[in-house]
Amino acid sequence: MSTVTTASADRDDRSAGGGRPATGGRGPRQRFGRWLRWPGPFRGGIRGNERIAGWLFVAPVIVLLGIFFLAPIIMAFWVSLTDWQGQGSPFKSGVPFVGGDNYTRLFTEDGLARRDFMTSIRNNIYYVAIVVPVQTVLALGLALLVNNRMLKGKGFFRTAFYFPSVTSSVAISVVFLFMFANSGAINGILSFFGIDGPAWFSDARGLIHLILGVFGVDNPPSALANGGPLGLTWWDWLSGPSVAMCAIMALVIWTTSGTFMLMFLAALQSVPVSLDEASELDGATRWQRLRYVTLPLLKPTMFLVLTLGLIGTWQVFDQIYVMSQGNPAKTTLTPAFLSYRTAFKDFDYGRGAAISFVLFLIIVVLTLAQRWVMRDRDEPRRRFRWLR
Amino acid sequence: MRRNRFRSGAVAVFAAGTLLASAACGDSFDDGGEAAQQTSGPAALQILIGSSGDAETAAVKDAAAAWATKSGNTATVTPAQDLTQQLGQSLAGDNPPDVFYVDAGRFTDYASVGALEPYGDKVDNPDDFYQSLKDTFTFDGKFYCAPKDFSTLALEINTDLWTKAGLTDADIPTTWDQLTAAAQKLKAKGTMPLAVADTRDRVGAFMVQSGGWIVSKDGKQATADSAENVAALTYVQTLLKQGLASYPKALDAGWGGEAFGKGKAAMTIEGNWIKGAMTNDFPNVKYTVHELPAGPKGKGTLSFTNCWGIAAKSKFKEQAIDFVKAMTSVDQQMTYAKAFGVMPSRESARDQYTAAFPADKAFIDGAEYAQGPVNAPKMDSVLADFDASLNTLAKADPKTLLGTLQKNTQATLGG
Repeated sequence: MSTVTTASADRDDRSAGGGRPATGGRGPRQRFGRWLRWPGPFRGGIRGNERIAGWLFVAPVIVLLGIFFLAPIIMAFWVSLTDWQGQGSPFKSGVPFVGGDNYTRLFTEDGLARRDFMTSIRNNIYYVAIVVPVQTVLALGLALLVNNRMLKGKGFFRTAFYFPSVTSSVAISVVFLFMFANSGAINGILSFFGIDGPAWFSDARGLIHLILGVFGVDNPPSALANGGPLGLTWWDWLSGPSVAMCAIMALVIWTTSGTFMLMFLAALQSVPVSLDEASELDGATRWQRLRYVTLPLLKPTMFLVLTLGLIGTWQVFDQIYVMSQGNPAKTTLTPAFLSYRTAFKDFDYGRGAAISFVLFLIIVVLTLAQRWVMRDRDEPRRRFRWLR
Repeated sequence: MRRNRFRSGAVAVFAAGTLLASAACGDSFDDGGEAAQQTSGPAALQILIGSSGDAETAAVKDAAAAWATKSGNTATVTPAQDLTQQLGQSLAGDNPPDVFYVDAGRFTDYASVGALEPYGDKVDNPDDFYQSLKDTFTFDGKFYCAPKDFSTLALEINTDLWTKAGLTDADIPTTWDQLTAAAQKLKAKGTMPLAVADTRDRVGAFMVQSGGWIVSKDGKQATADSAENVAALTYVQTLLKQGLASYPKALDAGWGGEAFGKGKAAMTIEGNWIKGAMTNDFPNVKYTVHELPAGPKGKGTLSFTNCWGIAAKSKFKEQAIDFVKAMTSVDQQMTYAKAFGVMPSRESARDQYTAAFPADKAFIDGAEYAQGPVNAPKMDSVLADFDASLNTLAKADPKTLLGTLQKNTQATLGG
């Protein structure tokens, strides 16, 4: 490596990294290490003071984040390792340390704790599996509609679609409670078509069970009724979301698709019109334009929306708290609500904290998985050929 | 909306952590956990109540103010939004209110972790409290706290619907068979006969009438899967299956009283709190109150009660006990009874009460044979699970439901 190139690399470094100090070109690791080191009197050159200034500038944020995010997380993690019963500080010597017991009770010990937790996981899997795709597609559809150059009264529609998102979720939940009441609007409309609507919020039957019931499978086949992983039978795992959960899903899809529509809309408006027109001239159909021009350009937004959707749906709490409290028959129990209930209603703070950490892990793993699936690949994907 | 969900999500995930942070801010970590010292001089009592409504809040505030003036202390009454949660937070923060309501179903949770001061025998004439209530608030042989008041379940009958079905006073059921018979007549007229909530707090009454209960008398053994309990649930199941009884939710009501008030059911099983609801929400509905029909093993009902808990960490225990003495005097209990319709927990107030409220005889008579809530710690989630399974009682096998309850109860009591 010649001196000349090193110098130019340093210059590049500075221009790219703002106030980064000159480092003498010793490879990235060393440079980084030195950057972290406190500047000595003979080190760091004329820009040495900037490091202190830099740290000073970010210090308030670091302190705030540390106090209000990092410290509570670490403290909660400590609680999840103890059998603290909510009497005084959990950091006293008398608090029993139980190690991973709170975690193993959720996974390996057959009992109510595991069954509740697994039920909540099951409910939430169905919830995520339905809400995330539907709200994403709906949001994209709405955004495409509103982005249409021919549409009149765009402002009105944008406001209308976004309105549910800015309204208080508690207020909307209460309105939905009325709408889905046994003699409420939804059942009124259904009865207009001669359908006898269900008692939405007291119906614990799972959708898949209901569909199987249509085909005469009312009782579980013995292969499914006996045994199954993690404390629930296969029949329980395969119940599908309950009718009550469906009502909550409808509410969440309705309220969140407005927000995501806004994100898609912002992305759509940065798609150059010329691209669209060029592909039109090339003879692409509307579907092809959407599939091969618009959607690839929306990919970063798609990732954002899916990630936010995934996180939000795994953490669903306020709708459950307001509308169902986990009832009927625990079919709307979710890990977030179970964590709250376990800690604050059952005084089992350790297990409550453990549940929230498991939930955290689930979200991290799923987000990473999603990132991996959506990563940029150079080779064209063959399996979508038939769409052309 | 989005932000809201994130915020609540964050609250849920880091709830325990945030709590710790507030605990940490409230005091440094060095307290040794010894009992708090009694502080002399005028006390500033903090009183946290789980109020049933404005009437109760006002009545307790008045009584506290009167006590404060007389004793030279101050007393601040705070009605809680969510008593369990708020109490949990303040106990975790080592800064509990001095006096608070303790629900009978929650009592052992607090007593078992040493949050409560066992002062029960220090109030005036403790033997005057109904024995069943004293039992409810006794843990490990110690009578912890003075029962504030109590309620029992009874059978309410809508007079108009009753007569419309051609039924008379002679038809008022006193046994299960009579209940079935009367219900069939009501059903023939197209009325839903009985609204009963799907919880052990209502259905459990049938278990008591059948001679069973979820735990043994001393609260140490699980007795959920006894033949008596199976018989009780089977009977309730028959009522549900034949359309003679229904859960309130299926009648589009939040609780039995609402279904009853709206005329959607001719009978319901509720406690004396239904009086207030009927006067406020359904003033035109005429109804009568009767003791619950007896089962194979005689009469049975459930009692619900709160006690005046005193925090073990309170700095003003003596003043707090003095406060509770004032709150549980016969006169004060009668004032409460008149203000918000609860029944005095002292037997010596019984005659006064029956004289003032003759229509409530059925409720107070229930005190003789009432069963209190399950008095073992950590049972709440087990019982909630049972409630959830009662939801499916119409289709499920009672033995399976009770088997699960038995298994979970055993696991909780054993560990």
